[in-house]
Amino acid sequence: MSMDATMNPMAAAAAEIADMGASAVTADGDPIKMRGEKVCVHYGDKQALFDVDLDIRKRQVTALIGPSGCGKSTFLRCLNRMNDTIDICRVAGDITLDGMNIYDPSIDVVELRARVGMVFQKPNPFPKSIYENVAYGPRIHGLARSKPELDDIVAASLQKAGLYEEVKDRLDAPGTGLSGGQQQRLCIARAIAVSPEVILMDEPCSALDPIATAKVEELIDELRENYTIVIVTHSMQQAARVSQRTAFFHLGVLVEEGPTQDMFTNPRDRRTQDYITGRFG
Amino acid sequence: MFWTILLILAGLAVMAYFAGRSRSGQIVDGDYSKLHSRPSFHGGFLVIVTVLPASFVLVVWSIAAPRLIDSAVISQSASVVSGLGKPELDVFLRDARAIAFGGIVGFTDDAKEQAAELFKTYRSYSEVGMTVVMAALVALGFIYGFRKIAPRMRARHVVERTTMVFLAACSAVAIFTTIGIVLSLIFESLLFFRQVPVFDFIFGTHWSPQSAFEGAGAEAGDVNSEIFGAIPLLVGTMLITMIAILVAAPIGLLSAIYLSDYASRPVRAVAKPVLEILAGIPTVVYGFFAALTVAPAFRGFGESLGLSVSSESALAAGVVMGIMIIPFVSSLSDDVINAVPQSLRDGSAGLGATKSETIRKVVLPAALPGIVSALILAISRAIGETMIVVMAAGLAANLTVNPLEAVTTVTVQIVTLLIGDQEFDSAKTLAAFALGLLLFCITLLLNIIALRVVQKYREQYD
Repeated sequence: MSMDATMNPMAAAAAEIADMGASAVTADGDPIKMRGEKVCVHYGDKQALFDVDLDIRKRQVTALIGPSGCGKSTFLRCLNRMNDTIDICRVAGDITLDGMNIYDPSIDVVELRARVGMVFQKPNPFPKSIYENVAYGPRIHGLARSKPELDDIVAASLQKAGLYEEVKDRLDAPGTGLSGGQQQRLCIARAIAVSPEVILMDEPCSALDPIATAKVEELIDELRENYTIVIVTHSMQQAARVSQRTAFFHLGVLVEEGPTQDMFTNPRDRRTQDYITGRFG
Repeated sequence: MFWTILLILAGLAVMAYFAGRSRSGQIVDGDYSKLHSRPSFHGGFLVIVTVLPASFVLVVWSIAAPRLIDSAVISQSASVVSGLGKPELDVFLRDARAIAFGGIVGFTDDAKEQAAELFKTYRSYSEVGMTVVMAALVALGFIYGFRKIAPRMRARHVVERTTMVFLAACSAVAIFTTIGIVLSLIFESLLFFRQVPVFDFIFGTHWSPQSAFEGAGAEAGDVNSEIFGAIPLLVGTMLITMIAILVAAPIGLLSAIYLSDYASRPVRAVAKPVLEILAGIPTVVYGFFAALTVAPAFRGFGESLGLSVSSESALAAGVVMGIMIIPFVSSLSDDVINAVPQSLRDGSAGLGATKSETIRKVVLPAALPGIVSALILAISRAIGETMIVVMAAGLAANLTVNPLEAVTTVTVQIVTLLIGDQEFDSAKTLAAFALGLLLFCITLLLNIIALRVVQKYREQYD
């Protein structure tokens, strides 16, 4: 199923406008989905990010790695303005989605988050049934005109998240009753259900056991066909397994960014080398 | 005597504490790390073994001794008192005690003088005996404890176990008080139900206990059970409670939502305590606010619409009571709404939900059990409220659901039944206990429901 077919009308219109304005490509020819330019973030007096320039390539998995407190999650949360909920947080610089500045006052943050979905570190299903968890997003955005249509969206989202076979007989059971790995895939299904273009994942496997982690990683690899994915991870093996591009952050600075293969075999920066070889972090 | 001894024991306790502490230091030559328990625990241990048994004896002795002395005196003066009934015996003993220890004496005679002498002797025996026993206990306890103090002695365990027993005793006081109150309610109610059938009481629709007695004099004992129908009171209570909840639930809940999710930090810091001050206003103040301001306002407004509003109306009392319980609803709901994990709010926001969608569809459903229990607590509070209703809703036991009329509630009737000079064995006064029991059962039921609701849904988020 192609991306454009699942895109909701609102997002499709926005994407069209954006495509006319700027269909930017990187130097090596990959189309750019999101772009951060000179992104600085302050929490009160403390600066957490320093002039980060990072391109997120369309339909690729970009991994953000780095030691704790390096600003990778902060950058991730800037991409769908989740930092807005933190009072003391200030964001400077430009972040664009298909050429549109997402911090522009004319941008509706609700619309933005429908296009840039998010999966959190700890699985956080709502205390509702599995069906209601997935149907939540489509309902608030009015994506389904009828109950059968909504059923289809829910089933399709669960299928894409690789959870459908496990839960199809108990869609009315509470989502909180699933195992940790299933809960996280439910949260991914919930994010997919609103047909986002970009999915942000903030250490999605850190609360999961190895088997559940493997399933989620496999899923991320499949989702790459239709979605642009940005994933924050502490596990370098995970970054190596699932991502095409890797960005290494250290102390609020983007140290280096490049194809994952090169990054792990042939890092350009000394700090990157120290981190991936486990000298610190 | 009792207080003097208590004071002495307190002094001894302080001394024992310091003695135990310094002793523990002495036996290890100041090297405290060799002690199993810290020196203060050794002090506490010595206090416990020195003072606790003596205090126990003091309390038991003080309660038991007067009774024992009474019965000893009675058995000694058997020749005089054998023919007396219980009231006369009480008078005899009271007078004798008054002669012995000072007080107002009815009249004196030889028998009483004799009994008074006996009282004096026994009382002095008892005091000497108690003092000796206690001094022995204190001395033995102190010596035992002092010699027991050793580096490996587990003083901390003794102190902690004693503390635990003490804490358990304190909670037992609350529990036994509750049981006592319930039992007294039940027994008095049983007396009432002997005169008025339970069925007539619970399902009767006519309430006017002031006219309970037909005739006068000897015939006054006949009770007309048909005028003890509690239904009008229950309906009045429910009506006023309903109005109160209709006022308090939306206002309280919406202000809780504002405070927890919309208000900025400084606004919240001011608004929450101010709202809670509402709970600190004495209900009698609410009462005259209802009677002097709200009720006339409603009456005037009703008249301008062509409605006849009685000057004491269920509406006025209910609205003011609703205002009174707003802080219960808002404060408790605010707490449970705040307890909904931020991750759920983030998850909803991350899907592109607006703040109000998040609150309506995620936060409130997750907080629902807590909100329900807050509401039920507020309802229990409203049902038990008296003062506002006495002042604003009237005393007339009308069986009506029209909020513009005067009604009365269970609590108000309990008050009116018990004020003034009353015999405590007439159906009229006993009816108050039956009403109390009824009220207790209703609020108990509501509390059980609240607990059940909370338990059932508590584990839903984590």
